[in-house]
Amino acid sequence: MRRAAILLLPLALLACRQEMAQQRRLATEGTSTLWPDGAAARAPPEGVVAQGALARGIQGAPARDIQGAPARDATMPPAVTPALLARGQERYGIFCAPCHGPAGDGDGMIPRRGFPRPPSYHEARLRAAPAAYFFQVISQGYGVMYSYAARVAPADRWAIIAYVRALQLAHSVPLAAVPDAREHLP
Amino acid sequence: MHGDPDEARPPRDALQAQLFPPWATLVARLALLALVLLPLGLLGLLMALQYSPYVTGQGITPDQPVPFSHEHHVGGLGLECRYCHGGVEVSRFAGLPPTETCMTCHSQLWTNAAMLAPVRRSLAEDRPIRWRRVNNLPDYVYFDHSVHVRNGVGCTSCHGPVDSMPLMRQAAPLTMGWCLGCHRDPAPHLRPESEIYAGHWTPPADQAARGAALIGHYGIRTAHLTDCSVCHR
Ligand code: HEC
Ligand code: HEC
Ligand code: HEC
Ligand code: HEC
Ligand code: HEC
Ligand code: HEC
Repeated sequence: MRRAAILLLPLALLACRQEMAQQRRLATEGTSTLWPDGAAARAPPEGVVAQGALARGIQGAPARDIQGAPARDATMPPAVTPALLARGQERYGIFCAPCHGPAGDGDGMIPRRGFPRPPSYHEARLRAAPAAYFFQVISQGYGVMYSYAARVAPADRWAIIAYVRALQLAHSVPLAAVPDAREHLP
Repeated sequence: MHGDPDEARPPRDALQAQLFPPWATLVARLALLALVLLPLGLLGLLMALQYSPYVTGQGITPDQPVPFSHEHHVGGLGLECRYCHGGVEVSRFAGLPPTETCMTCHSQLWTNAAMLAPVRRSLAEDRPIRWRRVNNLPDYVYFDHSVHVRNGVGCTSCHGPVDSMPLMRQAAPLTMGWCLGCHRDPAPHLRPESEIYAGHWTPPADQAARGAALIGHYGIRTAHLTDCSVCHR
């Protein structure tokens, strides 16, 4: 009987988690008792500029880089290119369309489930609003809409705005501006 | 004195009959066989157990502090993965959404639901919600999300049909054999950019041709993908 028990002993190995599988380090979203919020991950201190932020034009970066060349100003819109529009379309789909709807009418899925309905991008006031106003709304939020500063990087905000402009334009194109419109109608 | 030495002993057959019953030979043979087979069987059982869902954790749905449903948020509301898992295409880590992301909608929706009380408490106390890990590799394995999702491997190839999961479960065994199965021949799993983040995906009928084309499209070189140093750095 005892011998048989010894044969079963290796089964206990199954329950082992070796030191190598759980190393003595903090996991990316692990816990730690060092800080009051219990999280191991830390937010960078106020005013920290990430490496390469100047070249990428991140908001809050100093106006000049180490060589003294003027850094790209993130609060200035970049040139509109097809690549920027494509990026904007993708980001708009992820972050804005759930509420503002795929065409910007303000009839996304979330308002349909009871969220306050956002205004349509096609109303005169928002058509006339400058791009910088949209930048401000995305960065700081507006009314019940939360800020997207933590989720949408400044470069992507401009891409989204370019796409919103394209939506606004597409909404008010006269038929004469689309010569082959008939071919696209059902 | 003794004459014939055999005379004193009982007959040969009778002697054996006393010591061993006739079936003893069979038992002895079986015992010998068991001596070999039993350890082998036990070893086999151990090996099988290693890959059973009980050890790999496949199919396990851990209890979460808030019963967050991907079925409702992804399948029902059509939210994209990156709305909440923002790191997935730029870093090793997909990341979990901060409480503020939930409150983007739940500051207005379901504001009194008891189910969401831990979310509101987390915001008030400024303490992150402690989600329990669903997928977890041993620390000695290096894994990177961005290299996969930017090269044609979609979320559901590894995480299953997320848009029909009321609670998140571990869909894949996450064993080394599972990783290697795809690394040896990724073509059947590759998709175009537009379908990487889809909540569910089934390969189209002509996946064989598409997969081969996508290997070229993404520029995937499969030769080194099974090197040990790819995953054990
Ligand atoms: C959770 C739903 C939701 C999401 C997601 C959302 N918004 Fe909004 N947005 C609203 C609501 C609601 C309003 C109206 C707020 C109010 O009037 O209090 C609004 C208003 C606006 C306005 C108009 C402000 C004005 O002057 O009337 C702009 C511009 C805007 N959002 C842009 C965006 C952009 C760009 C995104 C994507 C990065 C986005 N929103 C994502 C809900 C949302
Ligand atoms: C509204 C926010 C939201 C969206 C959108 C979302 N998720 Fe999640 N996801 C979460 C939260 C919160 C958790 C942690 C709770 C849990 O594990 O269920 C999570 C957990 C997960 C996990 C398990 C993480 C672990 O611990 O191993 C996977 C895998 C996952 N999500 C995949 C996806 C995929 C794929 C999509 C897109 C199809 C998606 N998620 C969309 C919020 C979201
Ligand atoms: C973009 C808006 C949005 C975001 C972001 C969001 N939710 Fe929801 N959530 C909803 C809506 C809308 C419902 C109602 C679902 C329905 O009507 O099917 C809901 C329902 C719920 C419910 C009720 C049970 C259920 O699934 O129907 C829970 C719990 C919940 N959400 C948790 C969360 C958590 C936790 C987060 C953050 C990780 C989160 N939600 C982020 C919009 C959102
Ligand atoms: C090649 C397989 C694979 C693909 C594709 C994949 N994941 Fe994962 N995912 C994993 C593994 C393995 C883990 C566990 C990682 C660990 O323990 O370090 C994981 C963990 C996660 C986690 C938990 C937090 C973290 O980052 O470790 C989330 C959330 C997640 N995945 C979401 C996603 C989303 C969203 C996508 C698609 C955009 C995706 N995954 C695509 C294999 C994959
Ligand atoms: C469904 C297919 C699939 C699965 C499953 C999968 N991978 Fe991959 N993985 C790929 C492909 C395709 C690439 C090549 C991307 C490229 O470099 O073009 C890759 C690349 C990688 C790389 C980077 C290789 C390099 O070039 O340095 C790592 C690391 C990696 N995988 C780890 C893992 C681990 C660990 C697992 C299991 C937990 C896993 N993968 C599961 C398809 C997969
Ligand atoms: C595609 C990624 C990948 C590659 C390539 C890879 N491994 Fe692994 N390896 C893993 C994963 C994932 C695990 C963890 C398995 C588990 O937890 O069950 C692992 C586990 C192991 C273990 C521990 C096994 C155990 O049961 O404790 C050893 C030893 C190992 N690998 C050796 C190797 C060697 C040697 C090579 C090269 C021939 C190699 N690996 C190549 C992904 C990989």
